[in-house]
Amino acid sequence: MKSDLQYDCVVAGAGAAGLAGGAVCAGAGFSTLIIDRENRSGGILNQCIHNGFGLRYFKEELTGPEFAWRLSEKARNAGAEFSFNTTITGIKKLDDGSFDIRMLSGTNGVQHCNARTVLLAAGCRERTRGAIATAGSRPAGIFTAGAAQKMLNTEGKLPGKSAVIVGSGDIGLIMARRLRWCGIEVKAVVEIMPYSAGLTRNVVQCLHDFDIPLHLSTSVVRIDGNERVTGVVAAPLDKNKTPDMSRSFTIPCDTVLFSVGLIPEMELARKLGVRENPATGGATVDSAYMTSVPGIFSAGNMLHVHDLVDFVAEEAEFAAKNMIDYLNGKVAGYEFSADAGSNLKYVVPSRFVPGEPSRFLFRSTIVADKAVLKAEVDGNVCWEKKLTFVRPAEMIIAQIPANTLSGNVCFELESLENA
Amino acid sequence: MIYDTAVIGAGATGAATAYMLSRYKTNTILLEAAHEVCAGVSKANSGIVHGGFHHASDSLKTRLELRGNELIEKLHKNLHFPYLKCGILVIAYSEEELETLKVLYQRGLDNGVKDLEFCSKKRIFELENKLDDRAVGGFFAPHGGTIEPYSFVFSLVECALKNGCELQNDFKVIKGNFSGDIWNLTAEDGRTVKARRVVNAAGLHADEVSAALGGESYKIFPRKGEEYLLDRNSAGRPSKVIFPVPAKHSKGVLVIPTAGGTTMIGPTAEAVEDKNDTATTGENFAKILKLTQNMVKGLSARDLITSFAGLRPVHESEDFYIAISEKAPALIQAAGIQSPGLTASPAIGEYIVKLLQNSGLPLEEDPSFDGTLPCRNEIRNLADEKISELHKKNPAWTNIVCRCEEISEAEIIEAVRRGHTTVDGVKFYTRAGMGRCQGGFCQSKILRIISRETGMPMEKLTKRGGKSFILSGNLGDLEVK
Amino acid sequence: MRELICISCPQGCHLKAEISGDSWQISGNRCPRGEAYAKQELTDPRRIVTAVMPCADPHHPFVAVRTTLPCPKAEIPALLNRLYRITLPEDIKNGDIVLKKIDNLEISVIVTENI
Repeated sequence: MKSDLQYDCVVAGAGAAGLAGGAVCAGAGFSTLIIDRENRSGGILNQCIHNGFGLRYFKEELTGPEFAWRLSEKARNAGAEFSFNTTITGIKKLDDGSFDIRMLSGTNGVQHCNARTVLLAAGCRERTRGAIATAGSRPAGIFTAGAAQKMLNTEGKLPGKSAVIVGSGDIGLIMARRLRWCGIEVKAVVEIMPYSAGLTRNVVQCLHDFDIPLHLSTSVVRIDGNERVTGVVAAPLDKNKTPDMSRSFTIPCDTVLFSVGLIPEMELARKLGVRENPATGGATVDSAYMTSVPGIFSAGNMLHVHDLVDFVAEEAEFAAKNMIDYLNGKVAGYEFSADAGSNLKYVVPSRFVPGEPSRFLFRSTIVADKAVLKAEVDGNVCWEKKLTFVRPAEMIIAQIPANTLSGNVCFELESLENA
Repeated sequence: MIYDTAVIGAGATGAATAYMLSRYKTNTILLEAAHEVCAGVSKANSGIVHGGFHHASDSLKTRLELRGNELIEKLHKNLHFPYLKCGILVIAYSEEELETLKVLYQRGLDNGVKDLEFCSKKRIFELENKLDDRAVGGFFAPHGGTIEPYSFVFSLVECALKNGCELQNDFKVIKGNFSGDIWNLTAEDGRTVKARRVVNAAGLHADEVSAALGGESYKIFPRKGEEYLLDRNSAGRPSKVIFPVPAKHSKGVLVIPTAGGTTMIGPTAEAVEDKNDTATTGENFAKILKLTQNMVKGLSARDLITSFAGLRPVHESEDFYIAISEKAPALIQAAGIQSPGLTASPAIGEYIVKLLQNSGLPLEEDPSFDGTLPCRNEIRNLADEKISELHKKNPAWTNIVCRCEEISEAEIIEAVRRGHTTVDGVKFYTRAGMGRCQGGFCQSKILRIISRETGMPMEKLTKRGGKSFILSGNLGDLEVK
Repeated sequence: MRELICISCPQGCHLKAEISGDSWQISGNRCPRGEAYAKQELTDPRRIVTAVMPCADPHHPFVAVRTTLPCPKAEIPALLNRLYRITLPEDIKNGDIVLKKIDNLEISVIVTENI
């Protein structure tokens, strides 16, 4: 395959992860190309016009576009090149260990780019009404929360006049406030779990501020409407977690937004044969954030869905530093595996080097005001950390010193609520 | 203008009839109640090209099914709608089922189905290695597979229009007067059309149309079928259509490799009251998934993209009702076209043309008839050289709008220019918005393109015509309180 | 006693506020911002307002903006209704002031993106 372009590092996606990672690669003197489908950098941050980003990474509170702009300047100043309005349609591993990237764009048509390493940073997509098989009819007026956000914040178009939001993920909560701030009525937020899937502060400033009811442990059992949505039927869950139809109620509305989870956009990686982590929906990576295909790295929401963009940027920088090591010929031997045990949905990374300090990220499956995170090797606890305010919506981060873990590790989370 | 024939309903039956008529020197008009063609029964079904072994050999159904199967292959070569001729495997999962299966196989032989192969356990696994281990045997019908039903109907209509047929959308026939050998058909919005003969191919509403025209009194019973669509990456996508041994009122729940590359499981079969009731239910998904997971390995709820339901238009006889009306003059009834109606549709079209001729319609072949459509360029399936060639002519060919299905801006523009100005119309014509994100990423881009091409503001665009507006207005329209 | 949840950062501390004499005593906060937040919230609740405004650039018909400081909650609807009715020129850029010191408050509205 004849290549039109040649780079040391190709970054798929110019969102927070791609920009932060690309800046590191370019800053170290490696030729770097950041590719994005959209006409500018920033990814989904551009439509997240609300504030609340950057407290950790930039030490000040920024809006999404402001956060994106700063990262974008960083990457540009470091010498990264950009290819916008460009869709990667495939990545192939070549015999010499490098990669052929096929991409399409209106400007350049079909192009092939050769890359020594690739950072997969294409973000995630929203789970849809179809994917969770919500029953009912299929009228107009059903959106994912992010699609409605894009409609409002980039097109200035109103998705409807009165809405019900299904799921209380952060985008759903943020959208409740946004709809109200555009004059749209928000009838309710309906959440199937007994707790909100979003950050507590978003429940406060997006729901409490507007007296929007949050129905917990409640399921939307049907959407009604022929041409346009006319309402939803919701029912509280009984002890067996099935909807109790005797207590069902109808909420009239013309719009339904779904905020029911995010899924890493793994398709490019899958075609390339990257091994998937079923718990995250992203790739399995070692502690250098390299996937099962040598030379292919992944970070950000394409690897696992983060709660804060600040962590996305940090993670991508870390992955990019390891890409540089890889380009310089330094390859670590990954001896041990890391697994998620009780009360943990997943752990990233899945493999690590015991001789180096390791950073592990987790998602809890429980709500606990006090808990303890334990690392067990051969059944012995060799590291533990007390945690407060554990929520499934919030990522847990653990820094473990070098030589603490001497074998395959299993992490466990224990609630101390009733202790 | 007085048309020779007015065909009511632009589903598979009406479209095939219009296409078959367009071969002759005769004036035809196709009247569709919805905003776009193929909006009813024909849109939401399994898309199976059936093999001709489910019904008795002496039935009209079987004759039309077998003929339709042959015609679809010929039409596919000329019209280029997607047809995956992968063959059909009917599988028995117990010794008991094997006995029923043998009856079905024998029926196939009696019906004259070509190249039918009875298969041992070993042989079925050679043909399809994703079958569940419990499978004990089956038979293989190589002349069958799947089509995209909407692409099929779109192309029939497009070809008919190319050859002089006319089309009116949003034309819901509510009244018909016959005087002086001429039908005067009135639509709900007051428009009228005059024609010498009428074909009632109104699908679910054929009974209402028959009543409006003073034809036979019968009832169409809607029977709902829910289908569940899985991602094109599903590990459970089989290489053939997998049928179980049939149930009483349906051919059972199938595992279908769609012509578009996804996998579909379904359908259910449930009588409903309301002809607009295409709601899906939560319980049925669990049921269908469990049934199909027992048929094929690798099917997972994680791969679910969406679900939909269609309604079969069941005539009280449970059979096709295709006949010259004995009550109303110059009227052909084509009702009760349920499974295998899609497969049979081209043959039904032929048959209706014959009935029209028998009822006195003069038909002379039109030497200028061109029964071909150009092969549409689909970027996702093209090689680099071809893509470069298209890009030179128009850069929109390499601007990808729908990432999940890899659909370019040029493909969407083409759909709009062919009259698909609704979001669903564009979706069914191009597949844009049909993939795993269900339009979450591309819907605003598609609305922008439709708006630009039609000059209609975004907030006037609909999902599928009528009042199905996607948006409600502009920022600032509503007062913030 | 009043209970509040701090929104100053993603931690979301659960705060308790008790009247002691003329002032509120705040507990449950993990940093000084919690105390400041609670006192403000109990006397004069304010929020940062973010929005998009129409822009004359046809390729970028709406532009993101925010207030420089939190705005009194009661003033927010009027501010938004005003923002939606002003069309910004094509040449605006990140940080440009759109509205200066609105209604004699120390709050301005600035552009938060580059187009």
